Amino acid sequence: MDRIDTRGMSCPQPVLMTKKAIDLNPESIDIMVDNNTAKNNVSRFLKNAGYSYEVKEVEEDYLICASK
Amino acid sequence: MESKKGIIFTGAIVGVIAVLLVKFGNPANMGFCIACFIRDIAGGLGMHRAGVVQYLRPEIMGLVLGAFIMALGKREFNSRGGSSPFIRFTLGIIVMIGALMFLGCPLRMVLRLAGGDLNAIVGIVGFAAGIGLGIFFLNKGFSLKRSYKLSKTEGFAFPIINVFLLALLISAPAFIFFSEKGPGKMHAPIMIALVAGLIVGALAQRTRLCMVGGIRDLILFKDTYLILGFISIFVFALIGNFALGYFKVGFIDQPVAHADALWNFLGMVLCGWGSVLLGGCPMRQLILSAEGNTDSVITVMGMFVGAAICHNFGLASSPKGPTPNGQIAVIACFVIVGLIGYFNSEMSSIESKVKGDVKIG
Repeated sequence: MDRIDTRGMSCPQPVLMTKKAIDLNPESIDIMVDNNTAKNNVSRFLKNAGYSYEVKEVEEDYLICASK
Repeated sequence: MESKKGIIFTGAIVGVIAVLLVKFGNPANMGFCIACFIRDIAGGLGMHRAGVVQYLRPEIMGLVLGAFIMALGKREFNSRGGSSPFIRFTLGIIVMIGALMFLGCPLRMVLRLAGGDLNAIVGIVGFAAGIGLGIFFLNKGFSLKRSYKLSKTEGFAFPIINVFLLALLISAPAFIFFSEKGPGKMHAPIMIALVAGLIVGALAQRTRLCMVGGIRDLILFKDTYLILGFISIFVFALIGNFALGYFKVGFIDQPVAHADALWNFLGMVLCGWGSVLLGGCPMRQLILSAEGNTDSVITVMGMFVGAAICHNFGLASSPKGPTPNGQIAVIACFVIVGLIGYFNSEMSSIESKVKGDVKIG
């Protein structure tokens, strides 16, 4: 399973990193984000790209688990 | 508020409030202008001595404190920083030089268009071109690297400074400069301007309203969320300007604007390009500053110093047009942004790898 860590990255890099990973067309992917804005942006992008996702809170960060 | 309705509503409120602020005394088409207002504050604090643009604009303090309170309430306040601070500072200066060439930040650009100032169309074309340049670098892996969690006090410092600025405005000690004529003299009453800022700051924090983000996300991800805010501001400010009889269409004799198309264009190319590399427009930087993002605080400080540089060295345009010094500065800034973009993207690392290979070979 692919996993990317976007913590600490400023807008729009979390989405760009997700986009880059998605371009390889993975079945599933985990994305770590550390703020609400990035969580919402990445989630919206995943939805538009046809992935379903689930957000888990991991301490102060969020783990977005997406799959086709 | 993360809905399309939310961002359209926010845009509507910003557009209407901007027009009302003009009604209450702000300069025409300048209900809000982050670049102009930071420039006025720099003048009010004596960082530059351009007598017509000195005032401690409470809209700015309102924006910051509104966003700060909202971020605290929604538990989105996070002290962080350390993502290339000095480059961000430099880009802050550059964005200000571009904005003061055009005479307005991206928000005022939209408000100018809504007031019938057609020079803003040239500005928007330049702004979009600058965003395109920025996206080119983003696609080449441009990054200012990650930020880190910091102590709470680090993030609180900037909102607290804004409380001090408000205190200085209200107490008006002799060492604060207040314009006696020109745009700096024109301002809405303090309480009205402050409340306007608080409302817009709170809404912008919830919706992430960003002028540069609108066009950027549309091109980069085909995402229309932020551009809806941009369009909504325009539409509602336009309606407001019609309703109050402020709409005056044309290129010539527009308020606090000049009609030099080339330099209006180039100023906004620079502003858009720099803003994309920073990750948000000047207004967004203020909102992020209020959320504890000290990288954005550094950027705002860059804009503050940039405003002083612009007026101390005669770089800022006036209604008479751009200055030769300003033109040289804008060109120099293009070179600097290009270098910043190149050396912080994967282009430079590929280059050095190739060079390394040659050496080995």
